[in-house]
This record gives sequence, C-alpha cells and structure tokens, in this order.
Amino acid sequence: MNSAAFSIIAVLTIAAALAAATLPKLVHAALSFALAFLGVAAFYFLLGAEFVGLIQVFVYVGAVAVLIVFTILLTRRDAEKDRGFNWSGALIALAVFAGLIWAICKTTDLSVAVTPTRALTVRQIGEALMTDYVWPLQCVGVLLTAALIGALVLVMEERR
Amino acid sequence: MSSFLDQIFVLAKERILALVAGAPDWLAQLVSSLLNITALLVVFLSLFALVSVLERKILARIQNRLGPNRVGPFGLLQPVADGIKMLIKEDIVPTRADKVVHFLAPILIAATAILALGVIPYGRNMTPFTIDGGILFFFAIGSTTELSVFMAGWGSNNKFSMLGAMRAIAQMVSYELPLILTVLPVVMVVGSLRPDAIVAAQGGYSFAVIPHWFVFAPWGAVAFILFFVSGLVESNRTPFDVPEGESEIVAGHMTEYSGFKYAIFFLGEYLGMFAISGLAVTLFLGGWHAPLRVLEFVPSYIWFFGKLSILIFVFIWVRGTLPRARIDQVMNFAWKFMLPMAFACIIAAAVWHYEGRRLMGWFWSFGVLAAVYLALSRILETGKKFAPRTYRFAE
Repeated sequence: MNSAAFSIIAVLTIAAALAAATLPKLVHAALSFALAFLGVAAFYFLLGAEFVGLIQVFVYVGAVAVLIVFTILLTRRDAEKDRGFNWSGALIALAVFAGLIWAICKTTDLSVAVTPTRALTVRQIGEALMTDYVWPLQCVGVLLTAALIGALVLVMEERR
Repeated sequence: MSSFLDQIFVLAKERILALVAGAPDWLAQLVSSLLNITALLVVFLSLFALVSVLERKILARIQNRLGPNRVGPFGLLQPVADGIKMLIKEDIVPTRADKVVHFLAPILIAATAILALGVIPYGRNMTPFTIDGGILFFFAIGSTTELSVFMAGWGSNNKFSMLGAMRAIAQMVSYELPLILTVLPVVMVVGSLRPDAIVAAQGGYSFAVIPHWFVFAPWGAVAFILFFVSGLVESNRTPFDVPEGESEIVAGHMTEYSGFKYAIFFLGEYLGMFAISGLAVTLFLGGWHAPLRVLEFVPSYIWFFGKLSILIFVFIWVRGTLPRARIDQVMNFAWKFMLPMAFACIIAAAVWHYEGRRLMGWFWSFGVLAAVYLALSRILETGKKFAPRTYRFAE
C-alpha cells in the first residue's frame, strides 16, 4: 500500500518538476511548480509528518506559488516568447544530483533496521518551539519583521 | 431514543462497514472514506441547490419583488430547471484562451472547497476526516483558491478576467491575515488545532442557560465579527464583490465561462461560503452543542445545520442591504483596522485566560478591546477631511 502510494506520488512529483523546468510558457511552468510542491507535501503526509506537510501546502502553494504568479502578472507579458534553455542551470542541477548520489553511495549503514518512532503531534512541536527553541524563534521573528519594514521603506513614496 | 437519533448516521455507517468486515484493512478504509465523501457531496450539493433558490427568494423579498415562483411549489424546483438550462447551453471557449488552464480552473475551485468541508465536525462523532491539524488543513486548502482564481483569469485571456483575478487575489491575500489571526485566540485558549477538541472545549453551561461558547467572551465576540467579515471577503460576497463587479468588469474572472463551467464556479463559491460559515460555527458558536441544557435532546447535527443556516441567512441579508465597497476602501480596511483588531483579540484572549476565565477576566479583556478600538477610531479619523466631493474626470 505504502510503496504503491510512494511510486504514484513520486511519478507525479517528478513529472510536475520536469514540466516546470521545460514547459515553454511561464505560467504553465509556475502552475506545475505548485503541483510539484503539492507532491512534496504528499510525501510528508505519507511519512507521518502531518504538520510539516500542512505547512508545506500553506507556505509553498499558498504563498510562494501565489507570489510567483503575482510576479508574472505584474511584469511585462511576452506570452509567445520561447524561454530557451538554461545550460548553466542544468549543469548545476546535474552537479548537485551527482553529489547527492555520491554521498548516498558512500554511506554503508543503509541496512540498519529503522526504529519505529511515534509521529510528532502539533502540541509537541509547539511546546518545543516555545521552550527549548524560543531564542531561534524570536530571532527569526525579528528578522522577518526587519524584512517587512525594509520592504515597506523601499516602496514608500518619497515625501518632499 | 434521543441518543439513537443523535447517532443514527454513525450507526448506519457502522452497519454498512460491517458488510466488509472480513475484507483487508485498506479496503475497509477505502469504503469508509468513500461513504464519508458521498455523504458530504449529497448533503452539500442539495444544500447548494436549496440555498441558490432561497437566496433569490430572500433577495426578492428585500427588494420588494416575488422572486422565482413558476417552477414547482413556491419555485422550489427552480434549481433543477437552472441545472438543466446550464447543462444544455453551449460551452464556449475563446480561441485565444489557454485551453488547459481555462478548463482546470473551475474544477480546482470546486474540489478545494469540498476538501475544506471534510474537516468540520457536523455532529457528535460526525467529523468526516479527523486530522490532528484540522484547522491548519482548512486554511492550507483555502489558500489554493487564489491559484484557481488566477488560473481562471489568466486562462481566459481577457482583460476583464485578468483585472477581476488581480483584484480577487489582492483582496484574498490581504484578508487571509485577519482570517487566520482571529482563529489564533481560539486555538490558544483551547490548546489544540483539532476541530473536535475546539467543539468539546465549548461544551457546558453557566447557570444552565449561558453556553460556554467562545462568542460570549469579549475577545470571542470581536474575533467572530472579524472572522465573519473576512469570510465575506474570502467568498467574494457583497459588499466585497469587487472582483466580479458586474457594473465595471462584466463578471471578473468568470467573464469567459459559460454553460456548466459557470455553474461549477457558482458551486465552488457557495461551497466556500458553507465551509467558512461551518468553521465559524465550529470556532465561535459552539459547533454542534445545544444553546440550552434543556434542548440537548435534539440531535447534534440539527443544531450544527441550524446555526449554519442562520449564518448563511446573514450572508444573504448583507448582500441584500449593503452596496459594493471600492477596492481601495476594502484594502485600507483590511490593513488599518482588521489587522490591529485581530492582534488586540489575541492579547485580550491571553488576558482572559490569565485572569482565570472569570468575570474579572471578562471585564479586563473587554477593556483591552475597547481601548484598542477607541484608539484606532481616533487615529484613523484624523487623516480624513470631510468636504464636498470634487470630480476630477467627470463634471
């Protein structure tokens, strides 16, 4: 059951990612990118990491994909122009992939039996964030607030 | 007897599941899910048909007309006639449209709305899909609506569609903030993201007459109103229906849709409205709990759907009474008023909790909200000069 679900999701995700990289129209690429994000979220659900999966949908499909779409909307539209092929990007992707494969092949302890772990509940994650990791959380909050104020300052009309 | 009536649907499901008792685990799971989905679809598609005719009736009443009254008794068969009309109409797709995106948009909008309906508790033991982070799931699914609206606007390759989609996305993104922030106090007070836990926390009565619903705490009342207004925006209803303002941009992102695809858009919009109202009932109005202890013998799902219909009536009432707001008014209202009030709700809920959830806490949290409200109304008013209106482009 699980392996069947894994293969279906894997095929869908990879197909969507490939489509995002190769489709000639920018909007199609953005939409298939959102589909690939959904596929990754499905993987999280399959692994029992419910919270991470939900946040993946929330942040990547709900915010990042909408941001990309908004960018496409607000920039000039060259609908018929071909995107061309980005050779350097393909090279970097291949290099990363080769590095990962090399690292995976080098590891030897793949045969160790997986110890069953209980899935984290949202409550546990929240408690960990509010006790042990409260400083990193606060730092991220300050960073995001600074980014927000910076963005506002950039777009504010200059008053003379 | 009353508990049998209360659990009648749960028992019926168990009876059906007993038929496949010997089957492997995954088959039983599949049958159980399919039963849930079928029940959801049947209930909400018939509710959609009913509300579509009731809305026209109520609007007609408000506007001193008769409304649909030709088909069936009191025009109750109007949805059937409408459905047949929509089905036999020609399905027009513009030549320059992006065919695939144009086709997928209505499907996506209806599918996500149905998914969001799956996590709401409709009665005692009657949550179709129990997810630990159910509230989070609701909003995660809801945030994909913006993508489908964009797909409709872009795929049609029409300037009115595009303008409508841009307005829709802008206002949905802005109001998602207050919508989610007003849920936060409830989640904080309950300490769980599970809809069942939130409903369970609202059980019980003070003096057997005042139910412990969150709407009766000051922070809850304010959060409920903010949530309801944000819900109006998220479902693109009057007075926030600028994305499909008929007098300016034809029908917004739905301009190039005809026949059954147009009907699917309406279905998605109504399902979204049901989902938001259902969540409001779950979060603030006590879910399926009865308003009085003596009324607890009435089955729980009747209370849920009763509260849901009241909220839907208010949606229709608002549509019948208020004019459309301008887009800049809508956005200013979101960022300058809704957002600070939502933050004030969070603080008020914290004050209420630490004062021990008693009368004192009630007054303190009311004080916080009143102070923020008064300060906001003062600050926001200073910039306004009321003068005779001047027209720049028309005389």
